[in-house]
Amino acid sequence: MTQLALVIDLNVCVGCHACVTSCKEWNDAGSAGPLTDQNAYAKDPTGTFFNRVQTFEVGEFPDTQTVHFPKSCLHCEDPPCVPVCPTGASYKRAEDGIVLVDYDKCIGCKYCAWACPYGVREMDQQQKVMTKCTLCVDRIYDSLLPERDRKPACVMACPTNARLFGDIHDPDSEVSVAIREQGGYALMPEWGTHPANHYLPRRKTGFRIDPDELKRVDNPLKVDGKLPKPPTDAPALDDVTSW
Amino acid sequence: MNPAWSVILLTTLIGAGQGLFLALYALEVGAAAGVLGAPGRMFYVTGAALSLVLLAAGLFASFFHLGHPARAWRSAAKWRTSWLSREAIVLPAFIGCVFVYGGAHHLPTGERSSLWIGAAASVLCLALFVCTAMIYACVKFLQEWHTTLTPLNYFLLGTASGFTLAASLAALAAPGASTALVLAALALGALAYLGRLAALRRNARLRPISTLATAIGIKHPRITQIAQGFMGGSFNTREFFHGRPREIVRAVRWSFLVLVFPLPALLLACGGGSVPVLVAAFLVQYAGLLAERWYFFAEANHPQNLYYQAIS
Amino acid sequence: MHAMPAAEVKTTTCYMCACRCGIRVHLQDGKVRYIDGNPDHPLNQGVICAKGASGIMKQYSPARLTRPLRRRAGAERGAGEFEPISWDEAFEMLEARLAKIRATDPKKFALFTGRDQMQALTGMFARQFGTPNYAAHGGFCSVNMAAGMIYTIGGSFWEFGGPDLERAKLFVMIGTAEDHHSNPLKIAISKFKRRGGRFISVNPVRTGYSAIADEWVPIRPGTDGALLLAIIHEIISLGLYDREFLARYTNAGHLVIVDQDSDRHGLIATDEDSDPLNPEYPQNQLWWDRLSGLALLSHTEGADPALFGEYRLRDGTRVKPSFQLLAERVEPCTAEWAADITGVPAATIRRLAHEVGITARDETIELPIAWTDCWGREHESVTGRPVAFHAMRGLAAHSNGFHTTRALGILMSLLGTIDRPGGFRHKAPFPRAIPPSAKPPKGPRDVKPGTPLAGLVLGWPGSPEDLFVDDAGGPVRIDKAFSWEYPLSVHGLMHNVIANAWRGDPYPIDTLMIFMANMAWNSSMNTLEVRKMLNDRNADGEHKIPFIVVCDAFQSEMTAFADLILPDTTYLERHDAMSLLDRPISEFDGPVDSVRVPVVPPTGECKPFQEVLIELAGRLKLPAFTQADGSRKFRDYPDFIVNYETEPGSGIGFLAGWRGKDGAKSMLGEPNPRQWEMYAANNCVFHHRLPPSYQYMRNWNRGYMEWAQRVRMRRYGDPILVHLYSEVLQRFRLAAQGKWPGRQPPESLRARVEKYFDPLPFWYAPLEMQATDASAYPLAAITQRPMAMYHSWDSQNAWLRQIHTHNYLFVNPATARAQGVEDGGWIWVESQWGQVRCMARYSEAVEPGTVWTWNAIGKSPGAWNLAPEANEARRGFLLNHLISDALPDGTSNSDPVTGQAGWYDVRVRIRPAAADEAKNAWPEFQALRLYPGMQTVR
Repeated sequence: MTQLALVIDLNVCVGCHACVTSCKEWNDAGSAGPLTDQNAYAKDPTGTFFNRVQTFEVGEFPDTQTVHFPKSCLHCEDPPCVPVCPTGASYKRAEDGIVLVDYDKCIGCKYCAWACPYGVREMDQQQKVMTKCTLCVDRIYDSLLPERDRKPACVMACPTNARLFGDIHDPDSEVSVAIREQGGYALMPEWGTHPANHYLPRRKTGFRIDPDELKRVDNPLKVDGKLPKPPTDAPALDDVTSW
Repeated sequence: MNPAWSVILLTTLIGAGQGLFLALYALEVGAAAGVLGAPGRMFYVTGAALSLVLLAAGLFASFFHLGHPARAWRSAAKWRTSWLSREAIVLPAFIGCVFVYGGAHHLPTGERSSLWIGAAASVLCLALFVCTAMIYACVKFLQEWHTTLTPLNYFLLGTASGFTLAASLAALAAPGASTALVLAALALGALAYLGRLAALRRNARLRPISTLATAIGIKHPRITQIAQGFMGGSFNTREFFHGRPREIVRAVRWSFLVLVFPLPALLLACGGGSVPVLVAAFLVQYAGLLAERWYFFAEANHPQNLYYQAIS
Repeated sequence: MHAMPAAEVKTTTCYMCACRCGIRVHLQDGKVRYIDGNPDHPLNQGVICAKGASGIMKQYSPARLTRPLRRRAGAERGAGEFEPISWDEAFEMLEARLAKIRATDPKKFALFTGRDQMQALTGMFARQFGTPNYAAHGGFCSVNMAAGMIYTIGGSFWEFGGPDLERAKLFVMIGTAEDHHSNPLKIAISKFKRRGGRFISVNPVRTGYSAIADEWVPIRPGTDGALLLAIIHEIISLGLYDREFLARYTNAGHLVIVDQDSDRHGLIATDEDSDPLNPEYPQNQLWWDRLSGLALLSHTEGADPALFGEYRLRDGTRVKPSFQLLAERVEPCTAEWAADITGVPAATIRRLAHEVGITARDETIELPIAWTDCWGREHESVTGRPVAFHAMRGLAAHSNGFHTTRALGILMSLLGTIDRPGGFRHKAPFPRAIPPSAKPPKGPRDVKPGTPLAGLVLGWPGSPEDLFVDDAGGPVRIDKAFSWEYPLSVHGLMHNVIANAWRGDPYPIDTLMIFMANMAWNSSMNTLEVRKMLNDRNADGEHKIPFIVVCDAFQSEMTAFADLILPDTTYLERHDAMSLLDRPISEFDGPVDSVRVPVVPPTGECKPFQEVLIELAGRLKLPAFTQADGSRKFRDYPDFIVNYETEPGSGIGFLAGWRGKDGAKSMLGEPNPRQWEMYAANNCVFHHRLPPSYQYMRNWNRGYMEWAQRVRMRRYGDPILVHLYSEVLQRFRLAAQGKWPGRQPPESLRARVEKYFDPLPFWYAPLEMQATDASAYPLAAITQRPMAMYHSWDSQNAWLRQIHTHNYLFVNPATARAQGVEDGGWIWVESQWGQVRCMARYSEAVEPGTVWTWNAIGKSPGAWNLAPEANEARRGFLLNHLISDALPDGTSNSDPVTGQAGWYDVRVRIRPAAADEAKNAWPEFQALRLYPGMQTVR
């Protein structure tokens, strides 16, 4: 069975927020929209976004890592937000594992949001229904779009290609390979939600210098006589040994 | 969590309504068993009516919690999996039963059936306590709620307030039953108090299972959020955290610790059957319950808050 | 499932920042439905950034200006009281005023532009008008990076060239560089990292791209030069340099005259009997051939220059190879010396040097691409040294940035990474000669009433003779560019214009026209004073700057000070050309230019600034815009772009693609009336891929040079040797020493020119640091540009402003605690010039001697049509209030070589605000009003 998901590579995410606004832009006018804003040009502007990029600092100066952390619905394989919904508005699609909200059924009780440990559902202030990442379900199957565009808007936008998209149940998919080979992990595994989205950790490329690498026979200083032999009249063992 | 008045009112009002009903029915059973003196019919009718008012008010309040109240009927759909859905079924059923129960007492011919109706209503009443409380208790990562103490306390606090109300009602309409009800209210109040103290004690010792390290999947003892991705607030910052200073939260806790039991107990014990004192006891206790329920929500630390700690 | 498929898709070019990505605009019922990256565009390959994806909110922003506006009679400048007028009235007003100026003293008209992507047109307009007083914002942006590199390697970063991360193994980014060439760099860094490349970031702050660096080297701001010199020291003393490259492709082996008493001291020795071939870039310079022990013409076949030593020419002249001089220069620049200055441990500095040196030496790339160098030697392959660097403003925006940038260029050259795979690669039309042959006018006589300016408005001085000064050595330009104060100010000094005009120094002007620059806010240092200057009057009641015209698409702090506001269109509403005559978007593999085409009609009465210029040029009858019979030559901007040729019949126009009558020619060719359509049908971009043999080593690549000459991208085909040693700088130094036969600086500037025109790079503390009591102001304060915001531009954007609603000062917790500053607390930040109140945020990702904030988030209340109580105005702040445009001695706070504004040099201290103080940012400003024609949303 298919389980579509995003795999987010923290190793290359530079925190540019392209996924945030490209998501907003597509979905605002898409079938999950409108994603409304309040106080858009006033104090404390706020609005519905399906995806946010957060920043964390790990460690202490000077050993500090700055981690940019995009977060959207993880499309859990065992989504706690689904069974709690009293109306069935919150559901997980059997065919591809996408967790969706049927706006027509949603009564706006927010219980699903309470039941999500990740805080990835947002109640739209104007629509009064619970909204969330749809994995751009209205793009990825749209036969009117060219094949190469049938991807979530955030995946299309991401300048560092930090967002991989595919079926994590297909062991040969790009996402499965990435999870397997690059230590992909899930958020808050302690709750048994089995998020479909995974994160790839930072990977460090180091550098090792062997001392002999600094002393090479082809040192160009020699060409200019800058690594000369000592002068022949400098003291030598020859001056003192006779045996 | 950010306590919502709609939910606070819902749970406290229906809790008192449920408790009141249980008090009525307990009296009726006691009387039928000959243990207690039988109050007059009007006591049951008034009591049931009062219970209905509380239940209806609670239900009414709950609509303010919904984005689309007109679609509330849909919430009965997922009773197999959702405690909220179950509550949405049981609450109206219970209301209906209490209505019939009151009606049975009102109708001269109904008294024979009232015991049976009351029994059914009691089952629904207990189910309602379970449904309401399990809405919260079943969310396993809300560690403060995820305990059997939650349904127990919902039951005990609701019942205690209902019995206190019943005692004041009895002082007015069935003085003979008053003492028994006062004693029961004191006993239930004491149990509820113990239960609540136990919950407080438990929650004070909780260690959060989720940490920033599990939230973002980086194993390091020192992780600090710098930015949460927006600065003017969002659903995440409004819904899941009360945003009140610690002193306020502490004051609320102390106030409910005084108002929920000690003060009403004093009034119950020393009221000597005076109607105004007993009514005051109920009102004080209910006020305490509002504070208790506010605190119940405020105390619950949603793990999503790990992601919303700082802006820049 | 279909989600309202957009009815129409049009391609054009983004303008949400300077990157110029290809975009697809999806339209629904004539309105923009959404915008995404164009997968067929070479620059961004389909990706888009946060700003680009929010373009829709800029298009429909309530801050849009929609009508020409005139300051209401009696209203003060800055109050923002305007009345709408018609375009006819606006043009008549401008025509009358400008015609009078042009007929009397054209330099009294000053045109300065900000985020201008059409400098070829704006500069041409100024030149045709006859005023020298023109520049874009480069003077406070990154001129040090452009000049420092171009005077060293003939190219620079960003549009000029960049790191070849496709083949690099080690990438070192120094300083803030996120905001230039952002999407391509993001794409490249990501691929580089995924391939296992090692990425080192040297930066006081770890944010942006530095976040994903494998190693972060925190450094004190303004000290990068010391770090680079110490690395050079280590590279030279260990022999980790690419000798072959240095000997043949740089002036390392060129002999420099060493004779303090000679007028030719410090110049490169030439063989006077040999043909210099090109007197502008003489080729008769000498090597000391280490094989024969003779001084020979450089690049004599079979010779190999000595890089070290001291020699005597036949006439007795003492000479040293310039590499010897460089080695002597960096001799005292040890890792320990640099550690004290930079705060980077000496061991780290050494290791960095070893890493770059060993990687360059041992990870050599050989591409099987045959090419021929300018001296005729055939090479079977192209060699690569896979160490790439990138730097921009972090190095540039310091008053020592020119020499720091030179040091970087030299380091890159020592490693042999110039225009080679895995190193630095040029982008057409670069490399250019050192210095490029375009020159500014020479003196006041080049400015004549009713006549185009003689010389280009901006150029590249190669000697004191190229300066734009009067007989007394005084400046001719209002910004004093190309004067002895800032001889190599190749991008002008926009940051000096308002203060100079206000002071009447060197002379008062009449009309100041500003395009797209927020000079009354985040684009000025000393913002408070600048705002006063803009509204200041003479004793007679006349404004000191009599007439201010602002053209912008949005209401801003600057528009409030205008006498006349011209509403510009957005990028989705107009034609634009990113031309090879200007700053194109070329790739490493060849020239690329691109266009914008309108995808939606203009809003209200908005008119593109280009059309304003074309209209004005026609009305003023500027020669290049006027037929012989006096009639107007170009109907409009699109017509101008298609039909303009640099000279009649030259075949060189603004756009290189689809030239010739039928569009079959490229680079050169007669005008093609259907050129716009052809661009529009081809993703709005033209990309000429060079054959592989022309793609590398272009400074010295004969095939490439000949091609570049044939397509008239270059005048000369001479090889462009890297200037490890800058003879150009030495010429100015000789003038300062009184040894130059031509122009010499005025007495007051001799010592300054002599000191800073050092032919070899050196590190000095930034001027402001020198003029500041470090114990009173112990912290460096800098800004970084958030990736989701472009300058002050995006606070009007409903989506982007949610990400950065206000700004904090980021402080290392240790530094903060020492001052009693709490995380999230209100603080005062003070420099010797001013103070601001703002909020602090602890950060472990900043070195303890530095504080920083995001650039240009703070706004004046009501500006950009935000509610006066918006967070930007109440909690956001500008660091600019702490920065001075002048130093205590009255000179500009600018690099003494290039005039680059030193706005990364300010020193501050912090203290907590008192508990009873207001919890809002200070200074406070009066709220701006809504102008006529703007949407009411408040």
